[in-house]
Amino acid sequence: MTSPEAVPAGASPAPFLSLSGIRKVYPGVIALSGLSMDVRPGEVIGLVGENGAGKSTLMKILGGVIEPTEGTITIDGVERPALTVADSLAAGIAFVHQELNLFDNLDVAANIYIGREPLRAGPLRLVDTDKLHRMVKPLLDRVGANFKPNTPVKRLSLAQQQMVEIAKALSLNARLVILDEPTSSLPPAETEKLLDIIAGLKAHGIAVIFISHRLNEIERAADRVIVLRDGQRIGALDKEEIKRERMVRMMIGRDLKVQFVPPRAAAGAVALQLRGLQTATHPGKPIDLELRHGEILGLAGLVGSGRTELARAIFGIDPILAGEIMLEGAPFRPRLASDAVRRGIFLAPEDRKASGLLLDFPIAQNISLPNMAAHASAFMVARAREKQTAEEQRVNLGIKAPGVSVRTGSLSGGNQQKVVLGKWLAMNPAVMMLDEPTRGIDVGAKAEIYRLMRQLADSGVALLMISSDMEEVIGVSDRVAVMHEGGIAGVLERQEVTEENVLRLAVGQGLLAPAAVA
Amino acid sequence: MLKKDLWLFLLIIVVGAVVATINPRFLLPINLANTANQVGMFGLSALGQAIVILTSGIELSVGSMIALVGVLFVDFIANRNIPWPLAVLLMLMLGIAFGTIHGLLITKLKMQPFVVTLCGLLIYRGLARFYTQDATAGFGFGQNFPTLEAITTGRLFGIPAPFIAMLIATAITWVIVHRSVFGRYLYAIGKNEEAARYSGIKTHSVIIAAYVICQILTVISAIYFAMYTRSIAPSTQGNFYELYAIAAAVLGGFSLFGGEGSIIGAILGVVLLQELQNLVNLLGIPSSLNFSVMGGVIIVGVIIDQQWGLIRERRRTRESARIAAAQTLAE
Repeated sequence: MTSPEAVPAGASPAPFLSLSGIRKVYPGVIALSGLSMDVRPGEVIGLVGENGAGKSTLMKILGGVIEPTEGTITIDGVERPALTVADSLAAGIAFVHQELNLFDNLDVAANIYIGREPLRAGPLRLVDTDKLHRMVKPLLDRVGANFKPNTPVKRLSLAQQQMVEIAKALSLNARLVILDEPTSSLPPAETEKLLDIIAGLKAHGIAVIFISHRLNEIERAADRVIVLRDGQRIGALDKEEIKRERMVRMMIGRDLKVQFVPPRAAAGAVALQLRGLQTATHPGKPIDLELRHGEILGLAGLVGSGRTELARAIFGIDPILAGEIMLEGAPFRPRLASDAVRRGIFLAPEDRKASGLLLDFPIAQNISLPNMAAHASAFMVARAREKQTAEEQRVNLGIKAPGVSVRTGSLSGGNQQKVVLGKWLAMNPAVMMLDEPTRGIDVGAKAEIYRLMRQLADSGVALLMISSDMEEVIGVSDRVAVMHEGGIAGVLERQEVTEENVLRLAVGQGLLAPAAVA
Repeated sequence: MLKKDLWLFLLIIVVGAVVATINPRFLLPINLANTANQVGMFGLSALGQAIVILTSGIELSVGSMIALVGVLFVDFIANRNIPWPLAVLLMLMLGIAFGTIHGLLITKLKMQPFVVTLCGLLIYRGLARFYTQDATAGFGFGQNFPTLEAITTGRLFGIPAPFIAMLIATAITWVIVHRSVFGRYLYAIGKNEEAARYSGIKTHSVIIAAYVICQILTVISAIYFAMYTRSIAPSTQGNFYELYAIAAAVLGGFSLFGGEGSIIGAILGVVLLQELQNLVNLLGIPSSLNFSVMGGVIIVGVIIDQQWGLIRERRRTRESARIAAAQTLAE
């Protein structure tokens, strides 16, 4: 059933694309439940929602990458249950991904017309470069590009590469251009240009779906805004109604399932203090932050806000540009991860398979790896001691495995994460940093890990938890620091930790006056 | 010893048996001693290569180093009257220096090992040729170094000295690679350097050490080769030796991606390669096909090993699925 769209007075063309009752169900998860939306030529639709709200899933369905479990897609009056990528392209739907899909070893023209190059010389099938460039030039003009068709893509800035992607969409006679987080990595000047391009597309009758967390840009560019939350369409806002306040309010407001367990005692002494710390990825954004013994400090923020980079800088993996770190009151200048490990500062990285574990190693060897000194005598590995430590961790953390000699890669995600934690816990951390500790882990294992974290904190460890999961942030943290574009937007004490506050800080708005906070 | 090594050992026995049946000269003591001699010298350089390959690196300059060290060593002791222990020390220092340079370029400048050591291959060969003005380095008539020759070309109970040296080196290397903390780090870095770094391992130091160890073993093998051939033509001495070492390591189960392999396997690989060389001679196969036979055996061996690995992988996945299913039922 299509939801009735309020058609504003003054001719608005009929929608050429309609989604009706779209449901996408994965085992154990309902990604989308009963979504409907219309797309009219020349309208700019802002699609907003938190991480996990279903925006990507919806766009993937439109792009033909996945099929809905239920529902129909109507294009030009023809109803179908699903699209293939070819269908989507044929219907004029162009997807510009957040991570651009360009060949950086080719030039602009080659990228735009790849697979469709104009040919010459009959059976030789050579590329007609002149014709190619003549075809590409007007497209580049339309997007306001200041580079030539023969520029190698790898020499272009991110914003310029985006222009190429949009030009490519135009070359495909797109009727709908979907932009996924186009501005999240752009500096303000380039963002302006992108908004101009969007206005240009609109003027040509091309519809745009603009997915973004940058609510002020959505405010400026969108004709309509659709808000998703937990896979459902919460509501829509029309032109004058599009205000950041309303969007934020609609994005939040679910029931939080994670029950907060308060700390046993008040936080202790300051374990880690960051003074004007600047990372190489976000220069010019000095960070001041305190982490106390016995507390769980949640570090929230949007993707790209610099949280992982901060943890990596503290851990010694990435270089520090400026500022200093005080560990237990003394200056700490890590040059290598081994420096941090030696001082009891540990990191469970975001991508446990790539950087947290050696999947081919048995569990016991993963657990002993950062602490070989304690598991060796005279430089020889003491396998018995390794096994013992691993067994202890297996019992403590409840790692479900036939034994500690099995290959770590054979464990489930939750158990793999426990191995990552196990190797650090066996070394009595002073500061434990966890980057997305429960990503890809089932609910049961999540609860266990939260319990472990609380236990750790109660025993005096200072925990820093980076998380993009709102429930996790609110349900587990004693305090929450929110990062925004490389800097700390604000730090919330327990009583201020609400979804609204976290989100507002994360998208760059300030907090409301205290009276307005629940 | 891994199961893979056992199969390789059996293969060596079988091939040996077949050759012996066709041409009993294979089992003549002089033939076995000769083969053992070759195995000893090539084995020393294979050990070094294996360690580097374990870190997912490669050392292509081994052959050229053998030439360079060969001409330098012979010149030092034959023409410049440098006492041979000092000459050996100087050669080792050279190897350590080069190994450190390779390691630094690879870790600090993040250059690819292939590129760095390929340039080493070219540069050192050139230096060797330049040093002797392309002349062949050799000992003068009647020049003798009794102790040195006893150590490098002598026999102990009929077993050639290089073979004994190789056995000793293998034992030490085996302990280092398979039992020591350093060895554990080698495997970790080879499997996943990033994860190793995130576990607080000083990956750069370990990698540099691997290249230094390789060069030390290469220098030792170079001295053995030099004393064996006694006349070193700098443009051909050690030619392709790095490839023999790599081939042996591959046969021994080392993956060029790093993180896998057994020292015993590498030595068995050397034995098999020398056996094949011997086979070509004794079976009357034209010696021009020498390399072809070796190449053929290596590729067949790697294919079999890979396919076997896939079968094992499939079995493992089915096993994990079974365990997971059993666990869900239990919950």
